[in-house]
Amino acid sequence: MSENLSAFLYLVASVCFILSLRGLSSPESARTGNILGMVGMAIAIFTTLASPAVLSYTTIIVGILIGGAIGTVIALKIQMTALPQLVAAFHSLVGLAAVFVAGAALYSPGAYGIGTAGNIGAASLIEMGLGVAIGAITFTGSLIAFGKLQGIVSGTPVRFKGQHMLNLAIGIAIVVFGVILVVTESHTAFWILVALALVLGVTLIIPIGGADMPVVVSMLNSYSGWAACGIGFTLQNSALIITGALVGASGAILSYIMCKGMNRSIFNVIFGGFGAEGEAAAGAGGDGDRSVKSGSADDASFIMKNASSVIIVPGYGMAVAQAQHALREMADILKAEGVKVRYAIHPVAGRMPGHMNVLLAEASVPYDDVLEMEEINRDFGSADVAFVIGANDITNPAAKTDPASPIFGMPILEVEKAKTVLFVKRGMSAGYAGIQNELFFKDNTMMLFGDAKKMCEEIVMHLDN
Amino acid sequence: MADQSVAQNANELRDAALGLAEKAAKLADSLASGASDAAGNAAVAVQGSGVSPTVLGLTVFVLACFVGYYVVWKVTPALHSPLMAVTNAISSVIIVGALLAAGPVEMNFSKMMGFIAVVLASVNIFGGFIVAQRMLHMFKKKK
Repeated sequence: MSENLSAFLYLVASVCFILSLRGLSSPESARTGNILGMVGMAIAIFTTLASPAVLSYTTIIVGILIGGAIGTVIALKIQMTALPQLVAAFHSLVGLAAVFVAGAALYSPGAYGIGTAGNIGAASLIEMGLGVAIGAITFTGSLIAFGKLQGIVSGTPVRFKGQHMLNLAIGIAIVVFGVILVVTESHTAFWILVALALVLGVTLIIPIGGADMPVVVSMLNSYSGWAACGIGFTLQNSALIITGALVGASGAILSYIMCKGMNRSIFNVIFGGFGAEGEAAAGAGGDGDRSVKSGSADDASFIMKNASSVIIVPGYGMAVAQAQHALREMADILKAEGVKVRYAIHPVAGRMPGHMNVLLAEASVPYDDVLEMEEINRDFGSADVAFVIGANDITNPAAKTDPASPIFGMPILEVEKAKTVLFVKRGMSAGYAGIQNELFFKDNTMMLFGDAKKMCEEIVMHLDN
Repeated sequence: MADQSVAQNANELRDAALGLAEKAAKLADSLASGASDAAGNAAVAVQGSGVSPTVLGLTVFVLACFVGYYVVWKVTPALHSPLMAVTNAISSVIIVGALLAAGPVEMNFSKMMGFIAVVLASVNIFGGFIVAQRMLHMFKKKK
């Protein structure tokens, strides 16, 4: 295949990728978009296989079969609640692949047409160094994020004195060895660079708390794109550069949306916001003498049956309890009774962007009933019941009223405006930010203590009677 | 005596001549290689005509960033999870580099690295697209 033809086909693949993202602008076009993405990938792979540099196919086919089988099995078996950690794990693989590709380019530059060993151009070495550093950070960073989401690594932030100085020192060392690599093309410098970047990936992510992982996961999504970009520059391959930039932009935008949803800057999330102090305060948080009104499933079913409009506010607790199916059953019965039921999704509900939407879709909730914060916030005033299930901080009015609160300024779902607020919760423990929710003590709030799934099932039982 | 010294002188002269010849040869060699270097540089200059591949790559990169920015803002928030799965899958286009590394016939260190990278990227490609498809399947319009 001539170089011009393959460059053209890489362009076609890139266009497919752009269109696949474009397809995600609505659920109707999304599946076509995903298939276009697969087509693009197939074009890119076959174009590369047909290039004169690829002479032996056995290794490649074996590799694709092994990887493809693993990927397929994982993707088919995975529970939708475990999506965030799955995505984190997948990011780590992209990072590691980038490290190996850069390593291969350093050891046999001839295969990539970037010179001969000991004679690689400075520009290629710079790009290679960037790609491998970002790739290595993505690899270990994603592994830590995966561990925190899966519960293997403690979700509590790990902080120690001089942490930022340590990160800065490692960062400077990476730059130094990057320069040495560019000047001397030393393989030792390359591997030291990789090792330092691997360490930096760990030290960057361990101080970030479990509930901030959505931001981290989107940020690492972005990194995996930039790593692909760096490798694309080394290989002078436009498909890699374009795709890397798309992914990089996507991850960056998602991180931005999540940060805005918490009214925090990305620096605040990365360099520590609440979490550490929050966890300590949670234990001490005094709800002592104040009383809350608690109710039973029977009370809840009675209130909702007689309501004309119910807004359901799901949070991470719903995902943990796998309550989405029981919740949808409850909503179906209410709808059959003539109650208007809708769902309100906060941008940072759950452990990854769009997490709640997927879980509700899994439970066959029609997506027209699921609304974003901006679309539905005004309607709480006219709603009879706000049914909060597994969410806490995103409904806390302190974000609007208490300038001393750590979450002050964060946009919230204004559930307190509904006539009655039903709070499904295991106990009185504080939310992630470690602060008490004033809402629990309001007159129009009724606490429904118990497991989210069991509570929904009980309500369904009472509704049926 | 005289004969001997004449012979000695002759020998010295011959050695000197040989040394000189060697030096001349070296000089010629270096001149020739210099000339070919110059020719090579000239060829590169003509071929590249000023714009390096890195700059071309940068052009593509910046434009793609803009495309990415506008396309991603259009994605509906409800589909942000599938978006992450899809971007994850397509970032594995890095497999292109892995295939080139795994392509040569003889087995060596870089081919091994290429093979591992092919496996890793394939896990991602298949896993990412299939998970995205599973999610998107749930967003079908209910009748």
